Amino acid sequence: MSTFSIIFAGFGGQGTQSMGKILAYAAMLEGKEVSWCPSYGPEMRGGTSNVHVIISDEGIGSPVITKDATCVVALNKPSLDKFAHTVADGGALVINSDLAELEEGQAKAGTRVFNIPANKIATDAFGGSKLANLVMLGAVVYATSPIKVESIDDAFTHVFEGGKAKFIPDNKKAFELGFNCAKELDK
Amino acid sequence: MAVVFEKTKALTDAKLHYCPGCAHGIVHRLVAEVLEEMGEVENTIACVPVGCAVFANNYFNFDAIQCAHGRAPATATGIKRVHPDKVVMTYQGDGDLASIGTCEIVHAAARGEKITTIFINNGIYGMTGGQMAPTTLPGMKATTAKAGRDPKINGNPLRVSEMLATLTGPAYIERVSVSTPAQVTAAKKAIRKAFEIQKQGLGFTFIEVVSSCPTNWGLTPVKAMEFVREKMIPYYPLGVFKDITAEEGK
Amino acid sequence: MAKVLMKGNEAVGKAAIEAGCRYFFGYPITPQSEVPEYLSSELPKVGGTFVQAESEVAAINMVYGAAAAGARVLTSSSSPGVALKQEGIGYISNASLPAVIINMMRGGPGLGTIQPGQADYNMAVKGGSNGDYHNVVLAPASVQEAVDMVMEAFDIADMYGTPVIVLADGLIGQMMEPVEFNYVRREGIPEKTWALTGKGKGERHNIKNLVIDPDDCEAWNHEHFEVYERILANEEAWEDYLMEDAEYAFVSYGTASRVVRTAIGYLRAEGYKVGMIRPKTLWPFPQKAFDKWNGQVKKYLDVEMSMGQMVPDVAYACNDKNKVVFHGRTGGNVPTVDEVVAFAKEIMGGDK
Repeated sequence: MSTFSIIFAGFGGQGTQSMGKILAYAAMLEGKEVSWCPSYGPEMRGGTSNVHVIISDEGIGSPVITKDATCVVALNKPSLDKFAHTVADGGALVINSDLAELEEGQAKAGTRVFNIPANKIATDAFGGSKLANLVMLGAVVYATSPIKVESIDDAFTHVFEGGKAKFIPDNKKAFELGFNCAKELDK
Repeated sequence: MAVVFEKTKALTDAKLHYCPGCAHGIVHRLVAEVLEEMGEVENTIACVPVGCAVFANNYFNFDAIQCAHGRAPATATGIKRVHPDKVVMTYQGDGDLASIGTCEIVHAAARGEKITTIFINNGIYGMTGGQMAPTTLPGMKATTAKAGRDPKINGNPLRVSEMLATLTGPAYIERVSVSTPAQVTAAKKAIRKAFEIQKQGLGFTFIEVVSSCPTNWGLTPVKAMEFVREKMIPYYPLGVFKDITAEEGK
Repeated sequence: MAKVLMKGNEAVGKAAIEAGCRYFFGYPITPQSEVPEYLSSELPKVGGTFVQAESEVAAINMVYGAAAAGARVLTSSSSPGVALKQEGIGYISNASLPAVIINMMRGGPGLGTIQPGQADYNMAVKGGSNGDYHNVVLAPASVQEAVDMVMEAFDIADMYGTPVIVLADGLIGQMMEPVEFNYVRREGIPEKTWALTGKGKGERHNIKNLVIDPDDCEAWNHEHFEVYERILANEEAWEDYLMEDAEYAFVSYGTASRVVRTAIGYLRAEGYKVGMIRPKTLWPFPQKAFDKWNGQVKKYLDVEMSMGQMVPDVAYACNDKNKVVFHGRTGGNVPTVDEVVAFAKEIMGGDK
């Protein structure tokens, strides 16, 4: 059995909750147990926002992750400072390096750190940073393989229903750019 | 022997517990007669209040429920939404409707709930023994305003019909009284009109009855009726405050 | 039906619809506002009615009316809002009417916080309104269980003629988990022959709340308590988690029990013989679970998101207050796994 616990954290509006939702959907469609547990309240309106996603082959205990995270995804510096210590031994820290820089000694020894220039990648590809969250999601899936890569397509069709289907191609592309960026960094 | 008068079948045979000179008995009978004449007794559900009329459910010979203090308009809303084809009424006194239940009556009226409210305004808390009501007149004595209501200390009375008439939701609002035979006849007409408008599904209907409480006013029944005419009605003038059927020229 | 990923607040709304509820009366409050939001759009699609009431007080009295009229009816709120509903819950209970009330609890007292809490245990389980009465209280620990319990709540309410409270918390309301909806109506639910429908050609129905004669009122109470006896006999529900060899047993419900479950994983990995009794019904409290395990359990470790409101019930159930120890967080905080592990180790010493 395996369990993946991932914290997505950033400012409200950066898309932390929706990237978590896409991942949770993909895992559910694979038949996994899933929980998607958001911070809620005023932070939805511009403060820090985070969501804890757990994917497992068996029943999920605490939906709140306070230790041994498989992966922490930091979309800004406050999130990095708040959650870097939560990564499990040998876990991954995926950082939007356009918005946050890891300080010396901030990550535990053995943590796999991925500095992804997600805003730049998104801006180069789409003329704006809006899809930086999907770039980051691609990097997360490469870094920790909580789902099969192809499952993300199924998730897109569920999350972007009806009129929103037109957003799928760009989201998919952003995801792939992030995935490939992490893969390059891992060489 | 020829029957020259028969009590309405819309009242049970239970003996009314109301005091001599109290208007509740008259108004119960008017409501019952109207529903019987309209053929709606089998189709009506009454929401009765906390206060002297708490046992009205034992007198009305149709479905009824005893509600929490002031909440009858909310309970009636729940019933009417489940049974939109039934006649749903609330029967409430002034402590119930105009004090603790002000929020519920205002919003039921504002929503235009298709219910009829019969509001008994006698300017006093009857059942609990003569305490000041939101409708107690300035200068009128009450056990919680022994020297008489002083607006500087106790605030001012509410004129509920006028207040509700400012809203869009109500279809019909009239204030009547039952202190003379002519008033009784007019009150019955108003009650009938309210139920008819409910049947037509036009909106919220509200009949305020300026009433008496000889026991807590410390007056004889006859003097209490005089008090209604001389003191209450000048402060709570009778009349139609809203009638969308007239506005629409129907 | 395939699983869908749904937020707890929306899933409980859908569960109500699946269970045949067509009436919702409520008022917005964080963290449950998605329940009225969801039902405002979904109920009309199935011919149902949504009313945003002017207050929680009005909402529960609308529920009283709709329940009296024979409908399956729901209201939902969060702690301060449920406090406001207590008057109406008492009236509904006194009139032996079925209704379902969802409480997505937050930290209190008073306005408190909007973050998740379990400090309404006493309000739900011990009453909350005036008089001698009980609510049936169901305590889900996941979105799926919230769905199942909301469906079951309607059946229990109809079966016994009582309000049923689904006592969840803000986390369960806000979180998304995969859910499926498989409502199977219980056997033996009585017809609502007492409902207010207009008397038609039959006898009139008269739903009373004032029972002014003390002897009558006492007899009325006794009738309710006969119903409660049946509920006590039939409706206790709990989960035994790794109890077979457990010498120490956590007692925890709802979100707190999720944290405990993870903590047990860490403790078991170190060889501690620890399990959990997880009450799924808080009233009736699962006495049978304690009768079953009391012989082998050395200590009960009560973990809650409150200052220990369930402790007296655990002490009563195991008949030894010295066996009960408590760890809790309150005011909107959820206990951490580390905290729970440390608490358990302190109690157990090295006893493996």
